[in-house]
Amino acid sequence: MTERALLLRVTLVVAAGTVPLPAPRSLAAQDTTAGKRVYVKWCAGCHGDGGAGDGPAAAYMLPRPRNFTGGLYKIRTTASGQLPTDADLLRAIDEGLPGSAMPGWKGRLSQAERRDVMAYIKTFSSFFADTSQHVVPLKFSSPPGGGTGAAALKVGRQFYDSIGCRKCHGDQGRGDGPSAPTLKDDADFPIFAADLHQNWRFRGGGAVEDIYRRLRTGLDGTPMPSFADLIDQKFLTDEELWRLAQYVRSLGPAAPPDVRDVVHAPQIAGTVPVSPDDSMWARAARYWFPLVGQGIHKSRWFAPAVSGVWVQAVHDGRTLALRVSWDDRTESPDTAWLRFERRILETVAGDDSALPSHGAEPWPDQLAVQFPRRLPEGSGGMERPYFLMGGANDPVYQWRWTSSPRRALAGLARGIERFDTLPGAPAGQATYDHGEWRLVLTRALATPDTANEVQLEAGRAIPMAFFAWDGSSGEHGSRMAVSTWYFLALDRPTPPGVFISPVLAMLVTLTLGLVVVRRAQRRGARHIS
Amino acid sequence: MRKLGAMAATGAVLALALAAWTRQPPPPAQGGGTISGKVKFTGTKPVMPKIDMSEEPKCKAKYQGVPTDETVVVNANGTLANVFVYVKSGLPASYAAPAPAGPVTLDQDGCRYHPHVLGIQVGQALAIKNSDGILHNIKAKAKANRPFNISQPSVMTSNKTFDKPEVMVALECNVHGWMHAWLGVLPHPFFGVSGADGSFTLKGLPPGTYTIEALHEKYGTQTATVTVAGSETKTADFSFAGK
Repeated sequence: MTERALLLRVTLVVAAGTVPLPAPRSLAAQDTTAGKRVYVKWCAGCHGDGGAGDGPAAAYMLPRPRNFTGGLYKIRTTASGQLPTDADLLRAIDEGLPGSAMPGWKGRLSQAERRDVMAYIKTFSSFFADTSQHVVPLKFSSPPGGGTGAAALKVGRQFYDSIGCRKCHGDQGRGDGPSAPTLKDDADFPIFAADLHQNWRFRGGGAVEDIYRRLRTGLDGTPMPSFADLIDQKFLTDEELWRLAQYVRSLGPAAPPDVRDVVHAPQIAGTVPVSPDDSMWARAARYWFPLVGQGIHKSRWFAPAVSGVWVQAVHDGRTLALRVSWDDRTESPDTAWLRFERRILETVAGDDSALPSHGAEPWPDQLAVQFPRRLPEGSGGMERPYFLMGGANDPVYQWRWTSSPRRALAGLARGIERFDTLPGAPAGQATYDHGEWRLVLTRALATPDTANEVQLEAGRAIPMAFFAWDGSSGEHGSRMAVSTWYFLALDRPTPPGVFISPVLAMLVTLTLGLVVVRRAQRRGARHIS
Repeated sequence: MRKLGAMAATGAVLALALAAWTRQPPPPAQGGGTISGKVKFTGTKPVMPKIDMSEEPKCKAKYQGVPTDETVVVNANGTLANVFVYVKSGLPASYAAPAPAGPVTLDQDGCRYHPHVLGIQVGQALAIKNSDGILHNIKAKAKANRPFNISQPSVMTSNKTFDKPEVMVALECNVHGWMHAWLGVLPHPFFGVSGADGSFTLKGLPPGTYTIEALHEKYGTQTATVTVAGSETKTADFSFAGK
């Protein structure tokens, strides 16, 4: 719009002929006018009319929307404390900030709109107009080779320890270090140390180059400092900083996890593993299921601590073993995190329901696996109960595991509020290890109570859903992370015929071929004689 | 030819020296007025929480007892330490004080900042020292100045400067959530911090009428108006009450 409007105005003025040309307004001023319209429509709901990060939706979020008034940005290519470049701001607008509520706007707004809104956002802080501010992107080197090799990762790990990453990010990098429960951002909101195993949720991107840049620049406004001075002070070399970035990258999967709908449980010889650390699990396929905050029923919860679960399953013809693993900074209840929990509850508004404030309590961690009571039958197709714990007249069958008391129960849920235990509980074994829960639930495929307990039949699509609670984040009851319905499929053992028929076919073909060749040879011999 | 070169070189050196000499800051005003006083504390002395340093054995070993939080430090003589006292207004608009060449040092020792409250001039170097040899990060939550957040994983010193006056800049370590310090950045040298006897002194003031502010991190601010002439010494006492 801006260019055309400007042209139009110029044309009009020139045509009028009597007025001298006005001093051309700077393009930046034009940009911000258009940018404001985009901002008011798409951004102000979270970031606030004045850009202070206090829009109507802000109170439900953790992390909170950016406050633009301080000119302070996490993801930059500039030194600690410096303003971001325009390219830095545009990247955040275009790509969004993974792991937060900020989406990427590349496909939703035009390039001009994104540029204009970037220009408008800069007007919220006087620092951008301050000509004494030097906005100089740092020069970044290229990654040294061999970054995935054992030698490189060993060097990276050494610096992970020696520069104290573990203080916040924890020994295994899941954000469970000793200082983690005390962390807050510059606005005094509680902040989590990043879980380095979930690089696809890193705000500035999960590539090794992104990680290296964050180490050089730090994340302004957060506890994450810049480590650039350490190169100047010869504490480490640039290559060693790259090794550290490569080590951090190695903690996450090679690619962001795909979400597949069906968990395949192969049938194994012998009996199913009941221990979460049985070596058999290392060979079983892993399926990732993302979880989101429960935002349907009061009290709602928009800041779930568990971002997803890894699921593996095997059966032996009699019993199913389901292994669910998820990252959780705390083995709840953990008194070291009680103050952090209180700060979360003070920061994140639930909703407008006048629930009594429970305050910070030592809630346990919980996990629920949900099935329908009976597999969907007939031509009705995939009619399933309500995914959010069923309803009063349409209950769902659930396994519920809690960290304290450490036990697994089975029962029928009739909505979020009501859970009636059944006698036949699954066996549950759980390990908590450096920020990760690994839980194995086992149950017989067939049970006597066919009315209430799902019968796990091989070759059927068995609907399955997950729920998780982190007690130390104040999660209990309806304040939880939820998934939608997925499926579990118990694979039938391959019948022996599948292996024998191709061999038989080959033998027959070979024999017939030989016969044909023989006959041809005989005929040929006769002709010659 | 050689002679000419030598002469030119000498000339250049002399010119440089002259330039350096003329750029030198004017010597501090001899005499001038002095404002001094004490910061009293009344009411109930609050109990400061203990700091659990068991995660950092190196720091813990530097204390005989259990160290406590330094938000309120009441001296034995009933005065209040760590109060930042400074000239808030009253200096002529033309007053310019070049930054001293030497740095102000902030030491991280025993997982605490020394000093807990300090002042610095605009453009003067702040030498941030890590005497502990364990990881500290130093975050300056500046608002008027640009902030910074750097890491120091071993014994080392980093220098930082501030471009604009700002009272106060909060400094903190996020690895050790109890570590806080307060930095007053001023365009002049007329500031002080109440010490172990509760006293402070502002020296070398040009004649004039000044607003003096005393600032405590928990108890807020108080002001006094003081007029000094010549080289006289005036007294300005402050009193903060425990809540």
